[in-house]
Amino acid sequence: MKSVLAASTAVMLAGPAMAQPTAEVLHWWTSGGEAKSVAVLQDQFKAEGGTWTDMPVAGGGGDAAMTALRARVLSGNAPTAVQLKGPAIQEWFEETGLADIGPVAEENGWADVLPEQLAAHMKCEGQWCAAPVNVHRVNWIWGNKQILDEHGITQPTTWEEFNAAAEKLQAAGITPLAHGGQSWQDATVFEAVVLGLGGPEFFQKALVDLDTEALNSDTMKQVFDELRVLRGYVDDNFSGRDWNLATSMVMNGEAAFQIMGDWAKGEFLAAGKEPGVDFVCWPTPGDGFLYNVDSFAFFNVEGEDKQQGQALLAKLIMGPEFQKTFNLNKGSIPARTDVALDDFDDCAKQSNADMNEDAGDGSLLPSYAHGMALRGAPAGAITDAVTNFFNSDMSSEDAVQQLSDAVANAM
Amino acid sequence: MEWLERNVPKLVLAPSFVAILVFVYGFIVWTAWISLTKSRLMPRYDIDGLGQYTRLFASPRWDVAMNNLYIFGALFIIISMLVGLMLAIFLDQKIRAEGVLRTIYLYPMALSLIVTGTAWKWILNPGLGIQDMVRSWGFESFTFDWLIRPEMAIYTIVLAAVWQASGFVMALFLAGLRSVDTEIIRAAQVDGIPTHRIYSAIIIPTMAPIFLSAFIVLAHLAIKAFDLVIALTNGGPGYATDLPATYMYAMAFSRGDLGQAAASAMIMMMVIFAIVVPYLYSELRPRRDQ
Repeated sequence: MKSVLAASTAVMLAGPAMAQPTAEVLHWWTSGGEAKSVAVLQDQFKAEGGTWTDMPVAGGGGDAAMTALRARVLSGNAPTAVQLKGPAIQEWFEETGLADIGPVAEENGWADVLPEQLAAHMKCEGQWCAAPVNVHRVNWIWGNKQILDEHGITQPTTWEEFNAAAEKLQAAGITPLAHGGQSWQDATVFEAVVLGLGGPEFFQKALVDLDTEALNSDTMKQVFDELRVLRGYVDDNFSGRDWNLATSMVMNGEAAFQIMGDWAKGEFLAAGKEPGVDFVCWPTPGDGFLYNVDSFAFFNVEGEDKQQGQALLAKLIMGPEFQKTFNLNKGSIPARTDVALDDFDDCAKQSNADMNEDAGDGSLLPSYAHGMALRGAPAGAITDAVTNFFNSDMSSEDAVQQLSDAVANAM
Repeated sequence: MEWLERNVPKLVLAPSFVAILVFVYGFIVWTAWISLTKSRLMPRYDIDGLGQYTRLFASPRWDVAMNNLYIFGALFIIISMLVGLMLAIFLDQKIRAEGVLRTIYLYPMALSLIVTGTAWKWILNPGLGIQDMVRSWGFESFTFDWLIRPEMAIYTIVLAAVWQASGFVMALFLAGLRSVDTEIIRAAQVDGIPTHRIYSAIIIPTMAPIFLSAFIVLAHLAIKAFDLVIALTNGGPGYATDLPATYMYAMAFSRGDLGQAAASAMIMMMVIFAIVVPYLYSELRPRRDQ
């Protein structure tokens, strides 16, 4: 009720005397489900009397969009709103400054409905400067239910149990793990193992704080040992395979498991598979929740119409209605904790329950592999070391050495 | 009127001269400047010293990229020249359907490197391509998995690049072979000199300038190689097939590390200078016989 009131006041305030809100939105959601999700926002924006200029830049998982953003900022003509996430928001804030959307956030009570960890990503030196759209969980294991039932495999709670299950499958002639040899996929598996073997505290130290001791520790060596074991469960043709091809291997019964974020669920659902019936979603062994949150940041722009566009956009993005529709399309869960999840599938419900639980005990952590924990250079240095290890026969000792050298070199 | 006549060429050339001055040489200076700063996401202009170069040379990934450039460059240039020369000599034997064969060999050059890379990616994929085909013929132990072996993957790039470029080298050499004075060749034939001696002692030495042109063309193709790697291996497995150009791209556009990208670009430019400057020197020095 309160938000409805707030919304109607905002509409009244934006009445005829004021300029019409306009927004130019730079994003890279161009594929099927994603484009549909953006269209929802666009329609809501127009319904509130705004003028929306779409600026989709596809390619390179956002690299092309970031290049376009740099060009625009350098020429002094920043877009109104930009899809940005993680520490990149703060990095941009330091480079060029970002608009303060505090009034919108306070009016709509964002602080009450966002987990503290997520809210921290949306603030620059204490001011609200970005609005979160969704939460992807990164540390999932997707499994082919039929294969798992046939071999009597239940949810592994430790990596040892996972290894035992994989050995059993391998002995039966099934590829245990579907994986694509692209560096970000190697990094996704790596961080799941770091969380599982080291625990949330170790993850925080090693991959968020870049603590030298943690990076050089025995635990890190064990992580690489486990990674080497996992490499043995992957088929030989994995080099350069896209993640969705790995997902379809699980779907078609060519492989049993995939370790991937919940965008993989979209592939299963699009193929008409049902969670719990055709496939299972299990959190990776160990305790914790690695999140990947998409968000929009707002640059400093001139002109009242644009600033109003920013305020309206921020309000809509965090609106319960948009959060629900968007995330149903995208396969993720709402960043707001007060959205009813009745229409969501079981995996999403579990994701939401785990997020709320882990938010309390410090095991809700940012994903390093998806640019939530670290800035570009150190994150890239870690990925280099991990992917080099995964794709060669390097020893774990050398890998630990290379990891800590690379991190030191990237600082 | 006379002034105009004298200055029209200069006036016509001026715009392109200015454009090149700004967009090529100006940006080389800009890149050199950035490589001396601590630029990350956005350019910063406070000179910081040679820190970016220290970081660059401490990076194992850059080592791999430079080693790959040497391996790829050397093998690509040598093999393309040998294959091109061989094809040219065979085609030079006044054979039937020469025009058709020439077109067939030249055709790969008309393909985009992205197409070449993607096609070879499928051909070399052990689960789809040659290995799978030969195994399906009954040779179960046949293995050809260079693409997924980090220490061999760079040779798959050499293979695809040679396939693409050797037809072009052949065309260059064929033109060279045809331009050799036929009188000399006939005289040699009359003297009963065997054909292989005619080639090795007369024709090939007179083609020295063509070798130099072929070398320069191939060398710059090798150093700027980028799209082939992106399509064929995308730098993988791991970063085993990274080249300086892909390293620079990753730093500038994926990692938000402009300083590193600028430093690697400067090193690439120095490598090119090391090859081009001796060439320019030999071309531009005054000839004694003139």
